[in-house]
Amino acid sequence: MLTACPVILLRVIGRIAATVLAALALAACGEKEEPTVLDNPDLIVFAAASMTVPLERCAADFPEAGIKLSFAGSDTLAAQIRQGVKPDIFAAANASIPAELFAEGLLGRPTEFATNELVVAVPKGSPVNAVEGLARSDVSIAIGSETAPVGIYARAVIGRLPAKQEDAILANVRSEEPDVSGIIGKLTQGAVDAGFVYVSDVASSAEELRSVALPRELRPDVTYAAGVTAETPEPGAAAAFIGDLLRGGCQEALLDAGFGPAP
Amino acid sequence: MSALSRLWFSLAVTIALAVALTFLILPILAIFLDTGPAALIDSLGEETARDALLLSLETTAIALAIIIVVGTPAAYFLASRRFRGRALLTTLIELPLVLPPAAAGIALLAALGPNGIFGAELDALGITLPLETAGVVVALVFVASPFYLRQAQASFAAVDPTIVDASRTLGASEAHTFARILVPTALPGLATGGALALGRALGEFGATLMFAGALQGVTQTVPLAIFDRFARDFDAALALSAVLVAISAAILLATKLLDGPDSLTRAAR
Repeated sequence: MLTACPVILLRVIGRIAATVLAALALAACGEKEEPTVLDNPDLIVFAAASMTVPLERCAADFPEAGIKLSFAGSDTLAAQIRQGVKPDIFAAANASIPAELFAEGLLGRPTEFATNELVVAVPKGSPVNAVEGLARSDVSIAIGSETAPVGIYARAVIGRLPAKQEDAILANVRSEEPDVSGIIGKLTQGAVDAGFVYVSDVASSAEELRSVALPRELRPDVTYAAGVTAETPEPGAAAAFIGDLLRGGCQEALLDAGFGPAP
Repeated sequence: MSALSRLWFSLAVTIALAVALTFLILPILAIFLDTGPAALIDSLGEETARDALLLSLETTAIALAIIIVVGTPAAYFLASRRFRGRALLTTLIELPLVLPPAAAGIALLAALGPNGIFGAELDALGITLPLETAGVVVALVFVASPFYLRQAQASFAAVDPTIVDASRTLGASEAHTFARILVPTALPGLATGGALALGRALGEFGATLMFAGALQGVTQTVPLAIFDRFARDFDAALALSAVLVAISAAILLATKLLDGPDSLTRAAR
């Protein structure tokens, strides 16, 4: 049964090689025909997973550079930068992680460019209407991991509740996800009853989820900050993109997605 | 072939091997060079590390037991029966081998998650898999069983048919022949398959995170704990990785020895 495999495999490899060669040839031609591609640098942007929807929408319209986006939890991205991975820009879901990287000399002075609001997200038909509802024993909850901003904010909120509620809610935590995408996934798949995420995340899954606002006295200040990495070869274009996050097309996309303007 | 072209060729294959070896071994070596034995022992003393290791051992042991109990007769069926579509069936069973772990996680959610195809049925039976240790076991069985099935099928097929015929001629039933002749004869191959499945299950990450989630002591296996530590403490992540590499290396060595004690030297020759 397997005798035909090597022949097929060789053929497949041959085809892949031909495709790659053709693509390379095309790329080479493209460069000659469109010198603008060479003029415009590429910027690698490490961005918090909660900005996936707006940044994917606005990145293509940024005039001064091609934007390559890499999304994950802000803490994971920071760990990669500390291990020597070199993006051009780091945009985090809080101000403290970029501030730490700035203090370590890995990032230029961070700029606060947007705000967000932490909420409790629940499926549309859920009976939960207040954060206190999460203390009931039959509610399962997903939150961010201890080092992810979305998890740090959630723990801060839970910590401000009366001790009894705090313990009950923490006991209901069933998964500690590395970033908001994981929490939203668990919610939309019905694996948990509630999760602490940003109001903008609920807006992008509005068909399945609704948000329960936190009372003002519990609400943490959620501020997004971005910086240009210390060793970027394109500091000018990178600074321009941070300007775009603060007041250009990307700021508009962020506002459309439910984010707030910079504080 | 001229002596010169023969020399050129052996030089080329030698360089290719050196490149492959460096590329494959260097990162693994770095795990051990970057972390000292003291850091390794320290990190194992932490509660999160202990919980993750215990959970990984527990879930892989249960998964392996399920794989062997169901997989051995299933592999025997595929090896002993001739029927239309057998090759297709074998290929289908092997599919999870090449499935990306994230796709495996999505597939499990789509099938067995609360909103999945069988979600309502499982719920009616009172079974919840996501966010439970049982969900981890399901993910491990899903990704690891093809390793066992493949090896077991090949091992049963390799048993000398004249022994089987002799047993049957002497009046032994098929079940008796299976238990007394086939399984003992194929045992080294079955053990190798089991070890390969164990290795794959120990390293499982993507399907576990997506299907079962991550919670210390419940669903956070060693690979998930490594990822969690990566963001907070790189050295601790290295130490836990070193433990996993050591266990995996031991499993690999065991499979080589099970293949026949002299297979290591045979491979070298």
